Amino acid sequence: MMSVISVIHFDLDIIGGIVNTWLKYSNLFIKGLWMTLGIAAAAVAMGSILGSLIGVLSIVETRWKWLNTIIHTLVKVYVTALRGTPILVQLYLIYFFLPEAVWFLKDLPKLFFILLALTLNSSAYVAEIIRGGINSVDKGQTEAARSLGMTSSHNMIYIVFPQAIKSILPALGNEYIMMVKETSLASTLSLHELMFTGTILRNYFLVWQPLFIIAIIYLIVTLILTSLVGMLERRLSVSD
Amino acid sequence: MTDYNHLIETRNLVKDFGKLGVLKGINQHIDKGEVVTIIGPSGSGKSTFLRCLNLLEKPTSGQVIFEGVDISAEHVDINLHRQKIGMVFQLFNVFPHLSVLENITITPKLEKKMPASEAEKKADELLAMIGLSDKKYEYPRKLSGGQKQRLAIVRALAMEPDVMLFDEPTSALDPEMVKEVLDVMLKLVEDGMTCVIVTHEMGFARKVSDRVLFMDDGIIAEEGTPEQLFDHPQNPRTIEFLSKVL
Repeated sequence: MMSVISVIHFDLDIIGGIVNTWLKYSNLFIKGLWMTLGIAAAAVAMGSILGSLIGVLSIVETRWKWLNTIIHTLVKVYVTALRGTPILVQLYLIYFFLPEAVWFLKDLPKLFFILLALTLNSSAYVAEIIRGGINSVDKGQTEAARSLGMTSSHNMIYIVFPQAIKSILPALGNEYIMMVKETSLASTLSLHELMFTGTILRNYFLVWQPLFIIAIIYLIVTLILTSLVGMLERRLSVSD
Repeated sequence: MTDYNHLIETRNLVKDFGKLGVLKGINQHIDKGEVVTIIGPSGSGKSTFLRCLNLLEKPTSGQVIFEGVDISAEHVDINLHRQKIGMVFQLFNVFPHLSVLENITITPKLEKKMPASEAEKKADELLAMIGLSDKKYEYPRKLSGGQKQRLAIVRALAMEPDVMLFDEPTSALDPEMVKEVLDVMLKLVEDGMTCVIVTHEMGFARKVSDRVLFMDDGIIAEEGTPEQLFDHPQNPRTIEFLSKVL
């Protein structure tokens, strides 16, 4: 009876293998998880600052048309390049190319390059989030504010931005969730974040057991974060 | 007192949207205390004309003179002049993230550096005038359309404008809420406020206007007192338009 069922190895103790690996090495996974959450937070935090700046630049209107064109084109190129190439390529370019190209970066720790790459990547996504959030505010709001004699900066600060923040904050939360998963790429550069725990344990002939654990931890973390973002979203939409 | 003839004057006002000519050279003036309504078919340029008066639309060419100053010129601080030109929009555009009180006080506080206590005192008076005192601390989501529009009117009045522009202020309202907004406008007119009103409310236009402008295809095709325009229109386009709406 050569059925499909017999393909599975019944002698493979999946649950036992996973549980034993966890019991023995849980501290390694936890250590990796903290690093994952930490670099994701740092990258999104710094990416948000840089991205906000770029996002505002993408809609800024100066008195000079030619200057607007230059600014908007530069922003467009920056955002398109970072969103249109794989984050792994960006990570490797910054990690392998920058220290060779710029002499004073040579002796900086690997964490610096990883954080730089993730921050730049995040800033491009945040810039789009900011731009989209600002554009999502009804144009009538700006018209009303300007018709009252409000200056364009007051309009941005007091009228548009407080309304844009409602769509921006949840989107930033989602960007953090994405980044938590993207940081797994840093394991290929031997940074001890969650994914790298699997690389370590392969030396002890544990190949698939850690991967299940890693997947479960990522899943739990993203589920928690997703529900937090959902709560934030509901809280912010109350005043609509 | 004043060193200008007209409160607002437009000189050969032209506005194109791309290749589409919306305003085709309008010479008009509005005097202090005057109530001017603008009627006409949709797409005739009524709203665009109104929005050019406070430079929400930048004219393609021509001039807008407000209180003797060419506010359409480059390097004019338009914000200062806009403080004197109130505007009410079809879709209210009240600020949803601010309370009723803050909707009224935010601009006087920011742009006129009015102390908070003074701004609130003024807001209290305005809210009493429109019967919304009990909604002072509510947010606009709790207001009906008519209440929102009344709020939008006093928000503009808080800046103590010399003229009020109304861009189809009742067009987005449920029928039973039209009167409460028109009543507030009527009160302004009785108090001597200069008003320029784009409207489809012909009865109201006839009642309050000193002058009615009929716009068609980017020009003012006919103008006159309400009696002249509504009872004895001369231009065939006016006659045709009125036959459809009256």
